[in-house]
Amino acid sequence: MRNVPIVTEPKGVPQRSLFRSSATQKILAFASLIVMFIFFSLASPNFANVNNIIGILLSTAVNGVLAVGTTFVIITGGIDLSVGTVMTFGAVMTGVFITFLKLPIYIGVLGGLAAGALCGFISGSLTARMKIPPFIATLGMMMITKGLSLVISGTKPIYFTDTLPFMNIAMGTVLGIPSAVWIFFGVAIIANLVLTKTALGRYTFALGSNEEAARLSGINVDAWKIGIYTLGGAFSGLAGIIMASRLASAQPALGQGYEMEAIAAAVIGGTSLSGGEGTILGTVIGAFVMSVLTNGLRILSIPQEWQTVVVGSVVILAVYMDIIRRKKAH
Amino acid sequence: MKKVRIGFTLVCLLLVVSLLSGLSLAANPRIYIPVISKGFQHQFWQAVKLGAEKAAKEFDVDITFEGPESEAMVDKQIDMLQTALSKNPKAICLAALDSKAVIPLLMQAKASNIPVIGFDSGVDSDIPVATAATDNVAAAALAADKMAQLIGGKGEVAVIVHDQTSRTGIDRRDGFVNRIKSKYRNIKIVDIQYGAGDHLKSTDLAKAIMQAHPNLKGFFGANEGSAIGVLNAVTELKKTGKIVVVGYDSGKPQIDAVHSGKMAGAITQNPIGIGYEAVKAAVMAIKGQKVKKVIDTGFFWYDRTNIDSAQIKPLLYD
Repeated sequence: MRNVPIVTEPKGVPQRSLFRSSATQKILAFASLIVMFIFFSLASPNFANVNNIIGILLSTAVNGVLAVGTTFVIITGGIDLSVGTVMTFGAVMTGVFITFLKLPIYIGVLGGLAAGALCGFISGSLTARMKIPPFIATLGMMMITKGLSLVISGTKPIYFTDTLPFMNIAMGTVLGIPSAVWIFFGVAIIANLVLTKTALGRYTFALGSNEEAARLSGINVDAWKIGIYTLGGAFSGLAGIIMASRLASAQPALGQGYEMEAIAAAVIGGTSLSGGEGTILGTVIGAFVMSVLTNGLRILSIPQEWQTVVVGSVVILAVYMDIIRRKKAH
Repeated sequence: MKKVRIGFTLVCLLLVVSLLSGLSLAANPRIYIPVISKGFQHQFWQAVKLGAEKAAKEFDVDITFEGPESEAMVDKQIDMLQTALSKNPKAICLAALDSKAVIPLLMQAKASNIPVIGFDSGVDSDIPVATAATDNVAAAALAADKMAQLIGGKGEVAVIVHDQTSRTGIDRRDGFVNRIKSKYRNIKIVDIQYGAGDHLKSTDLAKAIMQAHPNLKGFFGANEGSAIGVLNAVTELKKTGKIVVVGYDSGKPQIDAVHSGKMAGAITQNPIGIGYEAVKAAVMAIKGQKVKKVIDTGFFWYDRTNIDSAQIKPLLYD
């Protein structure tokens, strides 16, 4: 190993140019969000009322935290299919600490985060050290955590009804807005700083842009990769805690399918599945595009079968715009 | 160029949404009742929806019918319930996936004076003014009695259930197992497996059980998907006539199998009745009329002898 890493400016660091960064995609996603919002507000008086807006914010919180976590992994050029089931695993472990073992709530929360991080650490190690493709490694992790959640919980929901303060994590209100929403925004701001201002963020882009170049310039690629998957796992654990707090229970059978929604949110926000590109702000907007669309269609009483068709079309449209943008840039 | 494309995309999006939203834009003075179910893809829920629509037509009210993709998605259902409350409905019909998780929202409904009607399974709370449901424990116990009769009161039986977390999964499993254990000492339950209601998964599980227990005499599938899985396994292993299959609910494969004798019989609920009674109770609650706290929608055993009878035929769906 050389001791002096020569870090060149990796290709994927967001640049100012409108045409060469995810900025266009972000503006596009944001504009769609505004247009959708105005449209739904005009279409139904029940859309833009305080209760419904809070409902939208609340339903975005869990998927948003998952999407932020998965953004890091996708920027490295990897993928994590286990975010949903790891989220459940974190929730179940929190339930084990608080409800089964009667430990204080903060230990339960730390335990849930640690459980998520541990899953991420294992996925990252499988990928980085054992060279198992991330798709396969995290698919395995998805099944393992799904099974473990059922085993540990005895296949029944674990209720937090005896520990009422635990419900305040998500459902306590600050300025009339549920804490879950504040946690999501806080996490997004911190994640944004990490991704844009720290070595971890720089290396995340470096890995996704060109892993070989990163390795040759002396970056310990494997260690950073494991670190990023671990971070992603911790995000899943946090999402699990928010979900458990909101539902007053850890639901062991839940979680599969959430990885796709998280990936969709990231992609709508301009994160590229081929790695090296993405922003937290974009992902947050993407998560809101998904939840505003779902909520608005429900408010308009659109039949459910059609709702999924519309959401699917929007995801495809977003990725298509991304491809066009990329063609322009090269 | 770029601007044009952005504009084009947004217009597309707008068009899609407005096309679909059609005529629901006008403010609607009619009574509106959202029906939040546990699912919508399964034929059983489609039958419940039929019943709900029948009542909506009869009492001249508007309903929407929705449920999450799978019965594990408790949080999706909570979101749907929350959105439904934002629409200021006159009443709500709810088949709760997790009866404890919905309580905060039920309290919100109560505070806004929106009556809640439970259907399919109850809620551990006194907020719902009525619940229209099948007694699943008793229904599965009846399946156990029939099974015991058909295999001559002794031998090995196995069970495939849709899941071990939902109320119906737990009730049907326990209803069947406890009746066998308490009443039929010579019948041994050799295995209980969970196939998520997935036809293919249940098929594989049932096959594995049959391979492991060659002397198996009876097999109970506790919901439509599970029962179809058992039937597939019997077909694939060429054990038709050697194993007594008892099913649950209906759907074309089970109805055909009962006709042909491949399936000895099955329990049917009254899904159309469940949907109908729930919406009817909601309308009565809105009008301030008295509703029964528990509306038992009934269950029946059907086999080759009565499948086409006037009593059973309307309860079965393809």
